[in-house]
Amino acid sequence: MKAFEYDRAGDLAQAVGSPAMLIAGGTNLLDLMKLEVATPDALLDITRVGLNEITSEGAGLRIGALVSNSDCAAHPRIRADWPLLSRAILAGASPQLRNKATMGGNLCQRTRCGYFMDGRSPCNKREPGTGCAAQGGVNRNHAILGASDACIATYPGDMAVALSALRATVETEGPDGIREIAMRDFHRLPGDDPSRDNVLKPGEVITAIRLPAPIGGRHLYRKVRDRASYAFALVSVAASIRMDGDRIDAAQLAFGSIAHKPWTDERVEKLLVGERPTPALFGKAADLLLEDARGQGHNDFKITLVRRALAAVLAEATGE
Amino acid sequence: MSDTYDTPDTRDMLDRTRQGVIGKPLDRPEGPLKVAGTATYAAEYVRENCAEGVLVGATISTGRVKKIHRDLVMAMPGVLGVYSSERMLRRAAQGTAGEAPEQDVSKVDFPMQPVALVVAETFEQATNAAKALQIDYDDQSGDAQFMPQDVDAEPAADPITAGDLDRAMRDAAHSVDLAFTTPGHASAAMEPHAAIAEWDGRDLTLWGSLQMLTYNVAELADSLGIDPKHVHLLSPYVGGGFGSKLGISHEAVAAAIAAKELDRPVRVVMSRQQVFQSIMRRSETEQRIRLGCGTDGRLTAFGHEALVSNLPGEEFSEPVTQASEFLYAGENRLLAVRKSDITRLTAGSVRAPGEAVGMQALEVAMDELAEAAGIDPVELRKRNLPDEVPGEGTPYSSRRLVEALDAGAAAFGWNKRSAKPCARREGEWWIGMGVASAARVNILAKAEARVTLTADGHVIVETDHTDIGTGSYAILGQVAAEMLGQPIDRTTVRLGDSRLPSGAGSGGSWGASSTGSAVFLACEAIRATLAQALGCASDDLLLQDGKAWAEGVEPRPVTDLLSEDLTRTGKIEPGKLMEKVNQSTYGAFFCEVAVNAFTGETRIRRMTGAFGFGRVLNAKTARSQCIGGMVWGIGSALTEELAFDSRDGHLVNHDLGEYHVPVHADIPDMEVILLEERDPHASPIQAKGVGELGICGAAGAVANAIYNACGVRLHDFPMTPDKLLADLPDPFAPAA
Ligand SMILES: Cc1cc2nc3c(=O)[nH]c(=O)nc-3n(C[C@H](O)[C@H](O)[C@H](O)COP(=O)(O)OP(=O)(O)OC[C@H]3O[C@@H](n4cnc5c(N)ncnc54)[C@H](O)[C@@H]3O)c2cc1C
Ligand code: SF4
Repeated sequence: MKAFEYDRAGDLAQAVGSPAMLIAGGTNLLDLMKLEVATPDALLDITRVGLNEITSEGAGLRIGALVSNSDCAAHPRIRADWPLLSRAILAGASPQLRNKATMGGNLCQRTRCGYFMDGRSPCNKREPGTGCAAQGGVNRNHAILGASDACIATYPGDMAVALSALRATVETEGPDGIREIAMRDFHRLPGDDPSRDNVLKPGEVITAIRLPAPIGGRHLYRKVRDRASYAFALVSVAASIRMDGDRIDAAQLAFGSIAHKPWTDERVEKLLVGERPTPALFGKAADLLLEDARGQGHNDFKITLVRRALAAVLAEATGE
Repeated sequence: MSDTYDTPDTRDMLDRTRQGVIGKPLDRPEGPLKVAGTATYAAEYVRENCAEGVLVGATISTGRVKKIHRDLVMAMPGVLGVYSSERMLRRAAQGTAGEAPEQDVSKVDFPMQPVALVVAETFEQATNAAKALQIDYDDQSGDAQFMPQDVDAEPAADPITAGDLDRAMRDAAHSVDLAFTTPGHASAAMEPHAAIAEWDGRDLTLWGSLQMLTYNVAELADSLGIDPKHVHLLSPYVGGGFGSKLGISHEAVAAAIAAKELDRPVRVVMSRQQVFQSIMRRSETEQRIRLGCGTDGRLTAFGHEALVSNLPGEEFSEPVTQASEFLYAGENRLLAVRKSDITRLTAGSVRAPGEAVGMQALEVAMDELAEAAGIDPVELRKRNLPDEVPGEGTPYSSRRLVEALDAGAAAFGWNKRSAKPCARREGEWWIGMGVASAARVNILAKAEARVTLTADGHVIVETDHTDIGTGSYAILGQVAAEMLGQPIDRTTVRLGDSRLPSGAGSGGSWGASSTGSAVFLACEAIRATLAQALGCASDDLLLQDGKAWAEGVEPRPVTDLLSEDLTRTGKIEPGKLMEKVNQSTYGAFFCEVAVNAFTGETRIRRMTGAFGFGRVLNAKTARSQCIGGMVWGIGSALTEELAFDSRDGHLVNHDLGEYHVPVHADIPDMEVILLEERDPHASPIQAKGVGELGICGAAGAVANAIYNACGVRLHDFPMTPDKLLADLPDPFAPAA
């Protein structure tokens, strides 16, 4: 581990615009520092700046960036109105990690690409311009949508997938002031600059996550994984589906571990609305979703897996 | 008197003794220390002025080190030295090598092979400097082969042949000819490899995490070029080994070299990633299994061939067909293992070498043959147990395989299984059941132990044997307490110190029966002295709760018979019985799985194992070994796989985040049935080994249950969702 300065911010103002790397729960950042994948010169601990409350905002909710993943998942209103979020959080990591992990830190967790994590292979995300060892290598966990020649990594997390389905927003404060970013736009595709996972600017701090008024319906988070717990998703599907009689009345969907960001596709949501749920409809939705999907070899199976996981989720959510 | 075990001890001594502690499910005496964090592991000893060393791995796959740019790193804060020498190890020693493995780290044999050690005042400084160390290489990776299929394999041993397999296959009423693959596995012990080395003049003390101290002393001394009498190893607690700590490895030799140079203690702890990348792997295998039987289900053809790999120059080859040699009938036979030399880290013993992967494939093949022949798979196995080892004519010692199959089937409810797949669906899940036999060779190893009955009636057992989390402390104490008639809380066991008599070491499942027998023999010698003092024959001596008596002789406190501490040493060596009688351990696995009809995820619902392995020395530790083995089987069936990059041979999933061992949620309640058995051919205490048996075939039961659940027959382990998906039936179609 590289030597670094450590400071603790007393309030948000100290953190905004700071050139230091922010550390919250440290559950991702410390691992990467030990591997020397992340080598910050200075850390600024933001765990004492507040931002740890969950407050109602009309029918919606504002979740402070430093609320722990455990507290968020256990919150009565979230469990009642946005159970998708609770389920997604509880599908991830372990209780110990969720106790430490924060909302802001969770959104910013980095990819689990083995070549990124090993600290030595060519990797455009870790060291821009060095290449991408995952292409032609072991890439079972990699992207089938939205990848670029520069990078085929996935965003590995669960919580952000649920938040993307639910059309949450991310509130930030930076040197240029406060802004609100749609969750669906928060993470970015790799393009020719995979070093940036999301649209945060230097010095910008995540202050809260906002949930809009709940739409009701059934909330399901399906995480397909190699073992029953403590593994990142091979593929995940977040769905909130509301029925009106025997027809789908509203559909919010997002997909995890298939792209550099939680993958959403409004066309698929639109296609479902107003329709009677049938296996054929689920298949059509998957066709549209996966129109541009492309495997990298080891991860070709994800194309079939997403299709089947989506069918399972839609069948369960619609009672078909 | 010869120490070799040549005639079976049929006296059933441990059934005639009175203390009543042998076999009891007693707690491990060191358990509270371990769960309270007060058992000291190798890296945790506090040595004054200890410097910290971190190994540096090669960034090329194979070649030579041209230049190490020490200067830059030496100028970094706290750095004390950069070492790279002819004596440092390129590879870890294989189990029971007893001599130095490949040395000289100016050569690179495989990716991430340690090539240097950086030592600094703090661990963080050393890690940082190790990362910064620039090394120039003469990269010869261009000529290297990384895939076992790409090289010409050589036979690992003479094939075993009998009759005419091809013809028997043609003539068989039913037959299967199947190709399997199993990937590489990691031992993945909880405690990473670590060593603290400290010199006092010419004498080296090394605290290490090691399984076999007698061999390790020799390996370390040979590596350093010193006399073994100057090497003192301490390994009282070992956080798991599973084969990876059988031989001395990089960290111990490097720590000793740096400590000598710096004239201060040096600690080297390998990171999890380094352990994965540079110690040992279980070889991947390709296997072809041919089985043919008559209409009665009796095997006439039995072929088991395997391709494994290792580094050039390593003799070890995964003995894939080891259990196939004795388990089932079939007069026309071919058993053969070939090995290809490739550039990947050393392959060596990982828990149950051979059977772990050989049995899981064989047991799937048996299941397929059962289906082809229309015979229940339990019955097919029972019909094919030979009276003597095929081709050898050797008799079996004890073999409770039929009882294991029957007891397991009854406890599990095997009769509820539908012979046809896809017969049971619960919601999204297909439910199925599978069975497999367990079989594993048993070995008696040379062992020595010293037992003292103190003048005040305490029992002290001493040997350099190790406890790698298995229960050695418990069972050795139980053998001594039982034999000497003292309560277990008056019994102390001292292990893991190379200055103590040379135990068998923990490996190959032989520790308990071998070192246990040495303890037994030492106790017999003590009993002889006590009997003499009491005035009776040794075998008539009765001892219980500190009292001694015999038929017609009044009980007296044992301490009355002792004027001073009574110390005896027991020794045992394998003898003629090992050759004359096939001594193996057996069992059966029954497993129920659920396979998700949409996603192909497999979850174990319940699993039963029934095992016969000679005398049960401690029902709790034995049961734990069986459960641990079955968990390994589940990992092997469903998740565990070392992923190597085909372009340069480096290991990509090198930590517990990406190499998936089962977690608690993967393991439901496990039922273990221990079948009591006495095997006087195996050892004087009539015990065999149980440390590995629980794996051997377990993954086959899981695979068979997957097929029974969803109708997808896979031959490539592990059976992850991606492999099942393609052939899963339409999830929306109703159950058959
Ligand atoms: C073994 C293991 C298993 C895991 N399994 C899963 C899983 O199955 N699913 C899953 O989703 N996740 C999983 N995780 C990841 C876990 O969810 C994240 O590590 C955690 O959410 C990160 O939160 P943190 O507060 O600890 O972040 P930190 O490690 O403190 O920070 C992570 C990053 O976020 C930045 N950051 C933190 N807070 C802010 C802020 N307010 N504004 C701007 N930037 C900020 C930091 O600078 C840093 O770059 C796993 C982690 C581990 C170690
Ligand atoms: S996929 Fe992205 S993260 Fe992985 S090696 Fe390529 S560039 Fe790096």
